Amino acid sequence: MATTAAQHAPLAAVAGPTGLWSWITTTDHKRIGILYGVTAFAFFLIGGLEALLLRAQLATPNGRLLDADTYNQMFTMHGTTMVFLAFMPLAAAFFNFVVPLQIGARDVAFPRLNAFSYWVFLFGGLFMNASFLFGAAPDGGWFGYVNLTSKQYSPGLNIDFWVLGLAILGTASLVAAVNFIVTIINMRAPGMRLMRMPVFTWMTLVTQFLVLTAFPVITVGLVFLMFDRFFGTNFYNAVAGGDLLLWQHLFWLFGHPEVYILILPAMGIVSEVLPTFSRKPLFGYAVVVYSGVLIGFMGWGVWAHHMFSVGLGPIADSVFGAATMLIAIPTGVKIFNWIGTMWGGRIDLKTPMLFAIGFVAMFIIGGLSGIMHASPPTDLQQTDTYFVVAHFHYVLFGGGIMGLFAGMYYWWPKAFGRLLDEGLGRWHWILIVIGLNLSFFPMHFIGLLGMPRRVYNYDPELGLGFLNMMSTVGAFIIGASTLVFVYNIWVTAKRARSASANPWNAPTLEWSISSPPPVYNFSVLPEVRSRLPLWREDGLSRIPDVPPEPVHVPGGSYWPIVAAFGQLVIAVGAIARVLPIVLAGVAVLVISIYFWAFEPFEV
Amino acid sequence: MHDDVEGSGLSAVLTWITHAIETLTIGRDFATMCRGWAVQFSSRTLLTTPLLHANGCAMPSFRLTPRHVWARPVMLVVALALSVAGCGPYPQSTLHPRSDLGTELSDLYMQIFWWAVLVFIIVESLLVYAVIRFRARPGQEGEPKQIYGHTALEIAWTVAPAVILVFIAVPSVQSIFRTSQPPPADALEVEVIGHQWWWEFRYPEYNLVTAGEMHIPVGRPVSLVMTSADVIHSFWVPRLAGKRDVILGRTNRLLFTADSAGVYLGQCAEYCGTSHGNMRFRTIVDAPADFDAWVQQQQTAPPPADSLTEIERRGVEAFTSVRTPASNSCIACHAIEGVSFGVLGPNLSHVGGRTTIAGGILPNTTDGLRRWLTDPAGEKPGSLMPNVDLSDAETDGLIAYLQSLR
Repeated sequence: MATTAAQHAPLAAVAGPTGLWSWITTTDHKRIGILYGVTAFAFFLIGGLEALLLRAQLATPNGRLLDADTYNQMFTMHGTTMVFLAFMPLAAAFFNFVVPLQIGARDVAFPRLNAFSYWVFLFGGLFMNASFLFGAAPDGGWFGYVNLTSKQYSPGLNIDFWVLGLAILGTASLVAAVNFIVTIINMRAPGMRLMRMPVFTWMTLVTQFLVLTAFPVITVGLVFLMFDRFFGTNFYNAVAGGDLLLWQHLFWLFGHPEVYILILPAMGIVSEVLPTFSRKPLFGYAVVVYSGVLIGFMGWGVWAHHMFSVGLGPIADSVFGAATMLIAIPTGVKIFNWIGTMWGGRIDLKTPMLFAIGFVAMFIIGGLSGIMHASPPTDLQQTDTYFVVAHFHYVLFGGGIMGLFAGMYYWWPKAFGRLLDEGLGRWHWILIVIGLNLSFFPMHFIGLLGMPRRVYNYDPELGLGFLNMMSTVGAFIIGASTLVFVYNIWVTAKRARSASANPWNAPTLEWSISSPPPVYNFSVLPEVRSRLPLWREDGLSRIPDVPPEPVHVPGGSYWPIVAAFGQLVIAVGAIARVLPIVLAGVAVLVISIYFWAFEPFEV
Repeated sequence: MHDDVEGSGLSAVLTWITHAIETLTIGRDFATMCRGWAVQFSSRTLLTTPLLHANGCAMPSFRLTPRHVWARPVMLVVALALSVAGCGPYPQSTLHPRSDLGTELSDLYMQIFWWAVLVFIIVESLLVYAVIRFRARPGQEGEPKQIYGHTALEIAWTVAPAVILVFIAVPSVQSIFRTSQPPPADALEVEVIGHQWWWEFRYPEYNLVTAGEMHIPVGRPVSLVMTSADVIHSFWVPRLAGKRDVILGRTNRLLFTADSAGVYLGQCAEYCGTSHGNMRFRTIVDAPADFDAWVQQQQTAPPPADSLTEIERRGVEAFTSVRTPASNSCIACHAIEGVSFGVLGPNLSHVGGRTTIAGGILPNTTDGLRRWLTDPAGEKPGSLMPNVDLSDAETDGLIAYLQSLR
């Protein structure tokens, strides 16, 4: 490879190639990160629109906006979209863009595999949403409980789209997990020891191990369901000796780690933003890191708390209840450490900081309501009601999405060379805080007062019209806040690229190079001598503006998108029940992997 | 290394804490005491709102002294919480229990709730205080003191949540075992069967089958033996009991004793397909004498055909006629004692005595019956009952006949 790398002229590399083709064939982790971000944000808007439709329907008792079937498709697609198409890939955008920069690498370990992940995600998301065109969007809930999702009770294409779509998306996540684990373990710059890694990179590492171990479990569950639906097997056929609870165990064995797959990256982002804007190092770095690792481990031992109403028996309920409560300890420790970070600092309330503080404040509420249904007896009254909806929206929206927005405002100048507007950013924050509390806080009461989840209508007799209307108004305020964010992007895009290398005066490695970074990231591989290299004198070796010698950066390749397309063709063939199309897809996949493997990977 | 962090030996400390938690034995008393304390505390500082009075509760009013002004927002939330907990027209409230089990769950919830309020106030106050107190001000120079951590603090805020969790976990586990007892010998056994989208209730002791409305006597333990005929449903009468899923091929149990007569709304709580939102039912808790009367009425055979009026007889004809396709015939799915044996739909032997029909979504009135008979799928989307295209005369007859089946 050294020969091709040597052909690369360093100065030409600063700009990088342009044009659509260069984006389709790109293997640059920064570009893939931006692609992930844009695509995921588009899906986030779609999922948000679905949420607004749901809330509009529930604004009054016996709403007439959506019929039962449409409502069921909407809540299924809202959950599925937000988890798999918006939240995870938004986090992936940060993994891609930030992690190599934070560890002082020139790219991820497998750049073409990285491109493959993105294209598979894009095609999987399009495939899943194409179901709307056939009036057959998935309608079994994001949790897809059997036997409702078996052929007998869901004979349409809806669940086929869901099963195949998730199977495709799982590939993208798994491949990316391998890629990032190898990248973080093997590609750190000299001196970037594990305990010098930024917390975001640490949380990425933990998250990727969770993905690597959790996705095979859901894949097994999905393959069983696929076999039941396509080939008439009886894994989930209770009448033929199958077991309906097998699916629930498999799904939640994946599903609970999945919750941490969603929240840990946001926790990592917050752990970067809080120290930067408090002008103080993270309080108890090692404890925060280990809490994250511990949360990852404990996340595997609590899945049955999603199943207390199933009737697992007193011993199982007690054990899973207690294990769930234990997770509150490392989580609480993190929260205290974040407050400790701010304590005695010099807090600069820039937009990223506002969102990070919002994360902490809202996450506390979500954590506390989580404790309430960690207790199995009280969970029997709360599970499958709006109380749980309130809980996980505080955790995943008030926490997770706020954290991701903090990251967007924080790394936006690094990615695009422009700062987002502070004034609009503050409006975004104020609206989102008001909107989410107005929307999700009443849901606690709606649930406790007896309204189940996933119902398309409710009786006026329940007396919950007013609270539901409040919640709907809040949802639309959240929608408005998102428009402010979009407007912010649009306005600032017209401004000059004036961001300096380190506009926030942040301590970590990604801020040592220009905004946006050159194609090769670091002109020479830096030598790291501190956990906060930019805050310490002599924390980092000097990085020249121009590479002293030619730099090897990965070149473009179209095989990743072709291979990903092969997977899409397989799924299309399967949903159309046409074997030759499936075989053609397999052929495309295998052939493109062959050419990919033997491709001279030039710059 | 200047950025080395504390924490050596922390794992040993964590182990020690774990042992301490294990050896601590704490009963419910302390938690109850704390709860009482919390109620007192909140009552003293409660902001009186019109909301509380509007609900017609015996909620005492208190003056808010200036000293407590900081507590206003928090207390407003608490006030709202109390107002919805204690009263209000909420027929499916989990916080307004009318059975031993419901009370157990609600009491446990309130214990945990007050712990959560306490933690919420402490942690959010610390956060807000830190943000306000330590925000950057003009004129400050240099960097703030660079602090990397504090071992004692770290240990303290690891132990503190652990201790609180003990106070939550112990009563929880006790409650689990208290509510998992086998039913007493005198319990009334009711078999509950979930269907898409209605509930069937069978009383083996009295050889009864009914649907949509479960009658039980007040003060007698009721043991529900539950399963499903199709997909997974979840049986939930919030004021009487927590949820239990009903699952094809499995049997679940629920045991409780209702303590006041009345009508308690319930509905399916596990997503079960198109009309999940329409799968409702009522639990009617009767005084013992009323319950016995109900049982007796249910055990009485419906009146013989020759005692029916002419219009009711037309209803019998419509009910028993074989239609095309045959699955459109009423008798294909519904049983009426002495008339038919269908098992796919609700048993109609005494349907006239019920207050609601169609899975609890329509009143059992002439109008309700007409709406249901003429357009089942319009009333309950996805309904398995087909639109049979009854003539007006048939509909009138059926309505009269069904209403006569008391």
